Amino acid sequence: MRDRTGEPARLLVVDDNKVNRLLLTRSLELQGHRVSSAADGRLALEMLRREPVDLVLLDMEMPEMDGFQVLEVLVDDVQLRDMPVIVTSSLEGVAHVVRCIELGAEDYLTKPVNPVLLKARIDACLEKKRLRDAQKELVRRFATPEVAQDLQKSGFSLGGKRVRASVLFCDIRGFTTLAESQAPEETIELLNTWYTLMFDAIGGHGGVVTQMMGDGLMAVFGAPVALPDHEARAVQAAQEMIELVGLFGREREAAGKPPIAVGIGIASGEMVAGYVGTQERASYTCIGDTVNLASRLEAHTKVAQRGILVDGATRERLGEGFPTEALGPVQFKGKTTAVEVYAVEAGRNG
Amino acid sequence: MTASTIDRTTFDALREAAGAEFVVELVDTFAEEAPGMLAELRRALAANDAETFRRAAHSLKSNGSTFGATAFAAMARELELGGLASVAGRGDERLEALEGEYARVLAALKALRHA
Repeated sequence: MRDRTGEPARLLVVDDNKVNRLLLTRSLELQGHRVSSAADGRLALEMLRREPVDLVLLDMEMPEMDGFQVLEVLVDDVQLRDMPVIVTSSLEGVAHVVRCIELGAEDYLTKPVNPVLLKARIDACLEKKRLRDAQKELVRRFATPEVAQDLQKSGFSLGGKRVRASVLFCDIRGFTTLAESQAPEETIELLNTWYTLMFDAIGGHGGVVTQMMGDGLMAVFGAPVALPDHEARAVQAAQEMIELVGLFGREREAAGKPPIAVGIGIASGEMVAGYVGTQERASYTCIGDTVNLASRLEAHTKVAQRGILVDGATRERLGEGFPTEALGPVQFKGKTTAVEVYAVEAGRNG
Repeated sequence: MTASTIDRTTFDALREAAGAEFVVELVDTFAEEAPGMLAELRRALAANDAETFRRAAHSLKSNGSTFGATAFAAMARELELGGLASVAGRGDERLEALEGEYARVLAALKALRHA
């Protein structure tokens, strides 16, 4: 069986018995796979760590390191945990089968293996692996590398932990009017370009986009990976976002289209970061007063007629390089006390 | 004698699936490997090493079934499942019987190569 790239699948046959090893290798080669083989468990693990393998066919009864031990090692190995294994054995008794399945084997085939059955099981296994790889690729594409790595390392669990971080909200001004004035295809294209630019600016400064909401997005700096200077990074990202949107707007104007503008709000402090949702569908996000404040600041950019607004906690940690202007206290909805608001220079909306 | 030593249905299916030329190679490999496994059974019996005994019998059973050597595989299986304890006092006799059957299997397989 070949995958979508047209490459034959790479299979590893592990069996100490030479007759079995040769026969299984032959059967699999006849099915169009690329096959390597190992004579015991220890050699097999060495090969698995050295070269890419799509599927392992594992004998149980072996000297040195037997199949059960190999399965145990694989389960505990972060890199090899997802390696699909089909056990081929002539060990008798249901207890062995149960033990293999419990240790993560995909399937258990009794030797001598029926070639038709073998082919069916292998194709099913490779298809499952292809889906799993595609899923990993999806996580990689849609979850940001930081979140994907965090997921790989600690696994998925709902619930959060307290972190200190900066949250950034950004949206396109007057998007509704804009969307009504042009074809939907053009709006989608506009959003795609805009998101590309924003992801670039945010990712370039160590931030992670946690939510995309139509014409707006939320990003966090300092989680899941802690950053000591998350306030400055968030503001630098915001400045670059404004600059990129300015360039993009001029390009649009040159093409006879209306330019676009964005507003950005940033707040810093403690928040809860983690996976929110259900076991089936969840996203990495941050929750807390700081997040609400960043969203309010973003909305307030329209009132204040400024590109970037930040709270006191963010401004405090910015240092010399960032001239800010105090706009005085603002009473936001849902806040008991007024909040000091600062406009960051070089952010006068393009 | 060939008929009873090697089950033709199994052997033909093997040849069908893997190719006649490859099966010739596979028989040669079995002829190279099996004496070592039989010797290991002998050594394990002498050393009272139950685990090695069981494993060697297991391998022979497995290879016997591959070629359709039904009687040979059944004898090896008895040794595997029964273990050293089951042959108590009659170990030599049992191994001689297995070795005898192996000689018949090998002769039959070599004859079948050209069939």
